[in-house]
Amino acid sequence: MADTRFSVSRLPGFSTIAVGVFIILYLPILMLVIYSFNGGNSIAVWEGFSLQWYPKAWNNEQVRDVTMRSLTIASAAALISTTVALMAALGTTRRKQTKGQTFVYLMINQPLMVPEIVTAVALLIVFAAIKVATGYQGLGYLILAHSAFCIPFAYLPIRARLEGMDLTLETAAGDLYATPWQTFRHVTLPIVMPGAIAGLMLAFVTSLDDVIITLFVKSAGQDTLPTYMLAQIRRSVSAEVNAISTLLLVLTVILLTGFFLLTRKRT
Amino acid sequence: MTTAIAVEAQSARKDYGSGQFAVRALDDVSVRIEKGSFFTLLGPSGCGKTTLLRLIAGFETPSAGKILLGGRDITYDPPNKRPVNTVFQSYALFPHLTVAQNIGFGLQMLGRPKREIAAAVDKMLALVQLEDFAGRKPQQLSGGQQQRVALARALAPEPEVLLLDEPLSALDLKLRKEMQRELKRLQTETGITFIFVTHDQEEALTMSDRIAVMRKGNILQIGAPREIYNHPKDRFVADFIGETNFLSGTVEEGAIRLTSGDLVEAPTQGRSGKVTLAVRPEQVRISGAGDPGSLAATVADSVYFGTDTHCHLRLADGTEIVARLQSAASGEAGLARGDQVSLRFEAGAAQVVDE
Amino acid sequence: MASLAEQRAERRTIRNGWLLSLPALIILIVAAAGPLLIIVIYSFLTPGSYGNVVWEFSWDAWVGVLYSRDIFDGTYKLADAHLSIFWRSVKLALLTTMFCFVVGFPTAWFIATRTPRARTALLFLITIPFWTNLLIRTFAINQIIRNEGVLNTALLYLGVIDEPLVIIYSDFAVFLGMTYVYLPLMVLPLFAAIDRFDMRLLEASYDLYATRWQVLRRIIVPIVKPGIIAGSILVFIPALGAYVTPRILGGGRNMMIGNFIELQFGQGRNWPLGAALSVTLLVIVGAALMLYVRASMRTTNNG
Ligand SMILES: Nc1ncnc2c1ncn2[C@@H]1O[C@H](COP(=O)(O)OP(=O)(O)OP(=O)(O)O)[C@@H](O)[C@H]1O
Ligand SMILES: [Mg+2]
Repeated sequence: MADTRFSVSRLPGFSTIAVGVFIILYLPILMLVIYSFNGGNSIAVWEGFSLQWYPKAWNNEQVRDVTMRSLTIASAAALISTTVALMAALGTTRRKQTKGQTFVYLMINQPLMVPEIVTAVALLIVFAAIKVATGYQGLGYLILAHSAFCIPFAYLPIRARLEGMDLTLETAAGDLYATPWQTFRHVTLPIVMPGAIAGLMLAFVTSLDDVIITLFVKSAGQDTLPTYMLAQIRRSVSAEVNAISTLLLVLTVILLTGFFLLTRKRT
Repeated sequence: MTTAIAVEAQSARKDYGSGQFAVRALDDVSVRIEKGSFFTLLGPSGCGKTTLLRLIAGFETPSAGKILLGGRDITYDPPNKRPVNTVFQSYALFPHLTVAQNIGFGLQMLGRPKREIAAAVDKMLALVQLEDFAGRKPQQLSGGQQQRVALARALAPEPEVLLLDEPLSALDLKLRKEMQRELKRLQTETGITFIFVTHDQEEALTMSDRIAVMRKGNILQIGAPREIYNHPKDRFVADFIGETNFLSGTVEEGAIRLTSGDLVEAPTQGRSGKVTLAVRPEQVRISGAGDPGSLAATVADSVYFGTDTHCHLRLADGTEIVARLQSAASGEAGLARGDQVSLRFEAGAAQVVDE
Repeated sequence: MASLAEQRAERRTIRNGWLLSLPALIILIVAAAGPLLIIVIYSFLTPGSYGNVVWEFSWDAWVGVLYSRDIFDGTYKLADAHLSIFWRSVKLALLTTMFCFVVGFPTAWFIATRTPRARTALLFLITIPFWTNLLIRTFAINQIIRNEGVLNTALLYLGVIDEPLVIIYSDFAVFLGMTYVYLPLMVLPLFAAIDRFDMRLLEASYDLYATRWQVLRRIIVPIVKPGIIAGSILVFIPALGAYVTPRILGGGRNMMIGNFIELQFGQGRNWPLGAALSVTLLVIVGAALMLYVRASMRTTNNG
């Protein structure tokens, strides 16, 4: 190498591996996107550029149906989990540590520690019994289950935001005649809002991505986009799935970009 | 006494923590603060100044005792029900609101009509000379400007009492002097009772009508600046406010015999036996050796400070006394280490203080 | 010696804290933590003939985790099939964790030593796959490595091979897929640890005659160890319980515990066995977490 300067932070081979990792991380995704524009139905042989798979997917009634269901569940679960996570964050961050708080943290992070398949099986057992007992078969079960595992994702950015907040601001609001509710409404809420929106986005993406728990909790005819895709992948592979994947990918990137911008503005 | 009392603490006590970690931050403090006065709480770090202020503001409830506002018991009223506002040490300006919205916040919470709020905000902006900054966010202001916003915000609802917890400590020296005058002006103009916390004795002396000197949760002495400076009640107060020479001696026929053997005239306040005398350095005079009625001393050291020179003198028994001499006026330049001189205290300068 | 009013105020803040956390706790207890207790109960019941259970106590499910009963003579012997599934799961999860570390560490180091702007961009690039649907990413790998996939088509076209490479539906394919899918989980905590690393220590080490390898072994690795442990746990737990990746890349025969559990609730119709297997998985994960907590406590105590 021509450059013989000694850099302390350089380790031989590390850069090569890193660049390789980035390429390998994106290559499969890129191929998937590229083949969603394939003229033929092959996912390996290129048969010219075409947009046909997008309208085809859209006109597929089943795809529309599962997409709507996915969006409904994700919206509801994101809203519910963010609301309760916001409340829990308010309850856990602004006073000195107590024993109960460790329990609350443990409970909130529990979905991250237990393998999804175990939770899925456990929910299958419980909800099957409730379904028999009440006769209710609606989307409520899915929304409830999704809300639960979205809570840690919604809680994280909210808590980070609250911990960065100067508590004197609330004292100051009280000093200036604000009732506790007014303090929350005019001071605390506006300040944690970016955290709450970030939490909402993460929760939405997390719910939208879920396969396993949905698979076990859903009643007949309650496929979501991921479970539908899983069935499709097993059956036959059609470029239609690539098109749906690409759209989902775009949605994720948009939400994540929003999340990044929101959490970065803090500094 | 006919002057009205704005705030009164009656045996206010505050304990933090419990068991072996318990701290008594305030130890049955009683104090009356006159309406319309500039009252200062002065004391070293951790003496309980902030705690007393927080009890008055309502951020904390006392462990025992009472807080009265205009004669009314407000001990258990929440802060938003007290016509008392605070200027926080860290300013605590709302980062998501503009300067104008910050200043109008209190009135908005009180449900005042928009028109009235706008008028009050304009008046306050003029008062603190920030008319051009109404639309800015607090982060876009300098420290001094933020300080003014915090003041204006606390003054806007026209509270009966304004509490200021070391509001100037984050400012540099020059700005600090400027704000001291500004604060005094605002207090005179508005006529609101100010309770000001500081651990800077000079700040306390220049601004206050009355000063309470605190130590370890107690108030040691309350009085006007001159009174506290000239007649400190005990050694701690004398030492904390300004520099002081302490001399030990014994009462002897209405005068005091120092350990060096010299006899000093001073009001003995009916004491007898061993006492401590306090003498301010600027009240020590020096003349040529052998001056009758003076104390004989040797120059140990002389330190030049620009406007004055501090001359360290040693009495016969080795007791050290510092004299502050104005550089221009005195013949200090002629003093060299080892010179024999006479020293004398100005009339009434020597004070007997409690240990 | 707090006054009554003080005690009341303190109790109120504590009670408010609980009240505010309550809705989240209820949801979590009903739809996450509570049901876990129920699977423990189910693992001691008798399977029903059409799925579900009969409420009769039985050890059979727990015996069945390791032993199978011969249909003809009724004797018990070690269930090789079950054991091989356990073994495969642990082996693949460990291999995945190790390989993720081997390539993840240089990547994290690379990101952490860039300029601040490049760092933000690269971190964002790592985060996108992390949040992208796991199914989509597994599917993307599937398209690359399947027999008529992009890789084989390209190699055949270039004349490198005459027959397609059979990669898919093997343990190797599952390992490849899991490494791909879980790699960001390793890189992110490693990055966080390296980011806190004081590069001046390197200058000091080189100043004291250390070689690059010695610096890596003796200085860097011990200091960023908490990040290594965190990353390993974050990869190991989901890899051990993986369901989607082995299902799409492993095919029917190369099952992992996750798929085996699902089988008991589907065609296998042996809910108690499925429950017992779930509890077993939970115990393994719990043990890994304990190791993690102890290891991270040790490193923070030393540091
Ligand atoms: N919330 C609290 N919990 C426990 N102890 C406290 C608390 N607040 C204050 N203290 C203790 O009470 C004592 C008085 O504190 P206070 O803040 O009133 O002092 P201060 O005079 O304002 O000091 P400073 O000049 O440093 O601001 C200190 O010993 C402090 O450690
Ligand atoms: Mg203080």
